[in-house]
Amino acid sequence: MRIEPIESKSAPPAELLGAVKRYGAVTALAGVDLRVRRGEVLALLGPNGAGKTTAVQLLLGLLPPDAGTARVFGRDPRRPANRVRLGAMLQISKVPETLRVGEHLRLAASYYPAPLPLAELVAVAGLAGLEERPFGKLSGGQRQRVLFALALAGGPDLLVLDEPTAGLDVETRRSLWTAIRRLADGGRTVLLTTHYLEEADALADRIVLLGGGRILADGTPAEIKARARGRRVRCVTVLPAAELAAWPGVIAARQEGAAVELLTAAVEPLVARLLARDPGLRDLEVSGAGLEEAFLVLTAPAESEVAA
Amino acid sequence: MSAAAILPRRNVSRIYALEAKYEFLKLWRIPAFVLPTLGYAPVFYLLFGFAIKGPDRALRAVYLLATYGAFGVIGAALFCLGNGVATERGQGWMLWKRSTPMPTSAYLAAKAAVALAFASILVAVLFTLGATLGGVRLPLATWAELAAVLIAGAIPFCAVGLALGYLAGPNSAPAVINLIYLPASLLSGLWLPIHMLPRVLQNVAVWLPPYHFGQLALRVLGLAREGGSGWVDAAALAATAVAGLAAAAVLMRRDDGRTYG
Repeated sequence: MRIEPIESKSAPPAELLGAVKRYGAVTALAGVDLRVRRGEVLALLGPNGAGKTTAVQLLLGLLPPDAGTARVFGRDPRRPANRVRLGAMLQISKVPETLRVGEHLRLAASYYPAPLPLAELVAVAGLAGLEERPFGKLSGGQRQRVLFALALAGGPDLLVLDEPTAGLDVETRRSLWTAIRRLADGGRTVLLTTHYLEEADALADRIVLLGGGRILADGTPAEIKARARGRRVRCVTVLPAAELAAWPGVIAARQEGAAVELLTAAVEPLVARLLARDPGLRDLEVSGAGLEEAFLVLTAPAESEVAA
Repeated sequence: MSAAAILPRRNVSRIYALEAKYEFLKLWRIPAFVLPTLGYAPVFYLLFGFAIKGPDRALRAVYLLATYGAFGVIGAALFCLGNGVATERGQGWMLWKRSTPMPTSAYLAAKAAVALAFASILVAVLFTLGATLGGVRLPLATWAELAAVLIAGAIPFCAVGLALGYLAGPNSAPAVINLIYLPASLLSGLWLPIHMLPRVLQNVAVWLPPYHFGQLALRVLGLAREGGSGWVDAAALAATAVAGLAAAAVLMRRDDGRTYG
C-alpha cells in the first residue's frame, strides 16, 4: 500500500527558514525566510551579489546553509533522492560538447522516476530536429534551450531557473518566457532569479526583492511598484551631479547633457534644497519612476529613508 | 518515510549504466583525448621496445610491455578522472549534475569505469603489437595475468586523478597532470628499465606509486627487481588509493558550491 505522507501534501515546494550563508567575510544571505507556494511563479529579483544564486543553491542542495534550513517539499535537498521533484537550470557555460542533444536528454531523464517522454520534452523546449546534433554544434539560443530541456527532463513539480535568459537575444528570451509561462499554467511551480525587472514583471505572480543578502520587499509586481515611491527629478543646475549624489535622500544622480537627473524617494525636501542652493535652477521636472528606478529605491541604503 | 513510498521507483542501475555509456562516448569522440591516451604508450613501446635493434631486443620487447603498459594505464586513469573532473567543474556541468537526483557515486563510478575501459583497450593494443611485431611469446595464463594486473592497476591512479581533478584549476589540469605524471613515470622506471637510472634516482623510485605498479607488472613476467616484494608493491598501491580518495574527499568539500567564470 502506498501511503502519502502528510508533509508532502502540505509542505511548500521550496522553503528557506532563517537561512544564513557566508563566504569568508562576505555574507551572501543574512537570515532569509522564503516560501515558494505551490503553483506560483516566484521571481527572486536583485542586483548581482544580492544573494539570489546562493538562495537557489541552498534550495537545490548544492550548499548547506551555515544557519537555518532549506527544504524542498518538506525534505532536505542535500540528499540526492530528495531532489527527484526538482529540475534546475543553472548559469553554466558548457555541457559536454561531443554528446548529442538526444543523448543528453536521455541521460538526464534516467535520473528521475517519472520523466517526461522524450518527444514531449523536445517539443516543449523547441528542439525538434536537433536531437542528433552534438551540443558543441548548437547556436547560443539552442544551447540555452537544451539547458532548459535538461531542467524539465524529470517532469519536475518545481522548476528552478537561475538567470534563465542572461545573455540571450530578445527573440530567444521571449520564446523562453512563453515556454515558462505555459509550464506555470500547466500547474508547475517556478522559482526564477533575474536581474531584469522586465522579466520579473512579465513572468512572475510574486516578486521577492533581494539585496545585500536580505529580503527587501515581497509582493505582486504591482505592489512592488506601488511600494517604491520613487520619483525622478530633472533640472538644469550648476550643481555637479557628483555632489548631488552625496546629498541625503538622493539615491542616484546622473548628468544628462546640461541637465542632471536625480532619483529620490522624497521629492519635496530635495526640491527645496535644490532651489535654496541654486537660485538659477531651471527646467525642473518631476516624474514617476519606472520599475527600474523603483528597484533602485528599494535597494538603496537605509539612510535615504531617514532623509525621507 | 522513504521517497520510494510516494514516488514511482527509478532504476538506479540504469543510471549507472547510462552514465558510463555516455561518459565513454563523450571521450571517444574527442581525438585530442583518444590519440594521446591510446597512442603514446604504443609509440614508445614500438620505438624503444623493438625498433632499436640489439642483442637484448627480445628481452626489451617483453620487459617494456609491462612498463609501458603501466605507463599508459596510469595516463588513462589520471586524464579520465583528473582532466574530466577539473573541466566539468569549470564548466559548471558538475554543479548542474549535483542539482539533479543523480547519485554522486554514479558520476564517479562512470569515470572510473571509462578509465578502466580505456586501460583495457590500451592493453589490447600493446599486447597485439608485442605478440606480432615484437615476437613476444608468453603462456596464455601469463598474458591474462599481466592484463589483469595492468587493468586493475588503474584503480589507485583513478583515485589520484580524482584528487587532482579537484585540486587543479579547470584550465591548468592537463599541465598539472603531465607535470606529475611524466617525471614520476620516468623516475619509476616506466620509460627506461629502473636499473638503467642513476643509483640516487633508483632510491627515489621506491617512494613513487608508479614504480610499484611497474614492479607488480614485471613480477608477472619474472622480471621484477631482486629484493622487492609483491606484497609491498600491492600495499603501496593500496595506500595510494586510500590517500587519493581521502585527498579527493577533502578537496571535494572545499569545492562545494564553487563556480567558475
